[in-house]
Amino acid sequence: MSLTLLVNGKPQEVPAGTQLPGLLETMGVAGTQVALEVNGELVPRAKWTERDLSAGDRIEVVTLVGGG
Amino acid sequence: MGVPLDKPLKIGSLQLTSRLLMGSGRYASHEEMIACLDASGSELITVAVRRVNLDQRAGTSLLDHIDRKRFQILPNTAGCYTVADALRTARLARELLDTPLIKLEVIGDPRTLLPDPLGTVEATKILVAEGFHVMAYCSDDPRLVATLADAGAAAVMPAGSPIGSGRGVSNPGNIEIARSLVDLPLIVDAGLGTASDVAQAMELGADGVLLNSAVAGAEDPERMARAMKFACCAGRDAYLAGRMPSRLHAQASSPEAGLLGEALSS
Repeated sequence: MSLTLLVNGKPQEVPAGTQLPGLLETMGVAGTQVALEVNGELVPRAKWTERDLSAGDRIEVVTLVGGG
Repeated sequence: MGVPLDKPLKIGSLQLTSRLLMGSGRYASHEEMIACLDASGSELITVAVRRVNLDQRAGTSLLDHIDRKRFQILPNTAGCYTVADALRTARLARELLDTPLIKLEVIGDPRTLLPDPLGTVEATKILVAEGFHVMAYCSDDPRLVATLADAGAAAVMPAGSPIGSGRGVSNPGNIEIARSLVDLPLIVDAGLGTASDVAQAMELGADGVLLNSAVAGAEDPERMARAMKFACCAGRDAYLAGRMPSRLHAQASSPEAGLLGEALSS
């Protein structure tokens, strides 16, 4: 079983039961300092493993870049 | 003796000796940025929040290059055109950096990048209620600056002129009036193009300036960063010193008595 998420605007297939830390592994950004939103709502790092993901969830993975 | 030291600039939880705040965008490389930060003497750097590029993850991230012991990091909500997006971005920034500081930008349109004043006030109120220390980027309207102060902003950041325009302080009178209306830190942000713009902003009573394109876009960014450091200090000292009154006609600085051609001057 797998489900499709929308990660930073692009479809991403993951095995059913995947949680946010697993998703970051899959995307290859587990070591990067990121913050996460699911369906427009911030999910604090401490709650990453409490949040179950469903098909169609919109995930935003953000980090810091140069800016003024 | 000597000139007493200036008091530090306090913004919310921040305390800064240097009144020059620096952006981290538009540099040719991380190395160039670090050289400029060093030359500027700045202690605070702004950063933006963006989606991780999941297709191109190679390379190092910005924060790998910034010594967090030396530099405070101020996240911004640049690029947000709605209150909702600015709020989301501010919350993500707090999660990323564990700081209550946010440089709030609610932009009106992509052509001018001028701030949306009503949206900025609305977002300021919400973020202040959530415990943020809001540094509100705004237009140079003195009444708007006062309204943002009343809304609980930790600092107001009126634009000198549009972001990246390098046109300097378009309306010096407005900055002076704004200064007279608010006690909280006033940082002139955006539009400053060269050292004289920075000195002027500080002479008008700004507590600090925030620069990015003026340094990153100079032919020699590192040298310009140093010029900005001196300009910021010079303008601040001139403001604290209190300038002489200006007058229409001349007033001799050498004595008039004892001139050789005494008869001529009688």
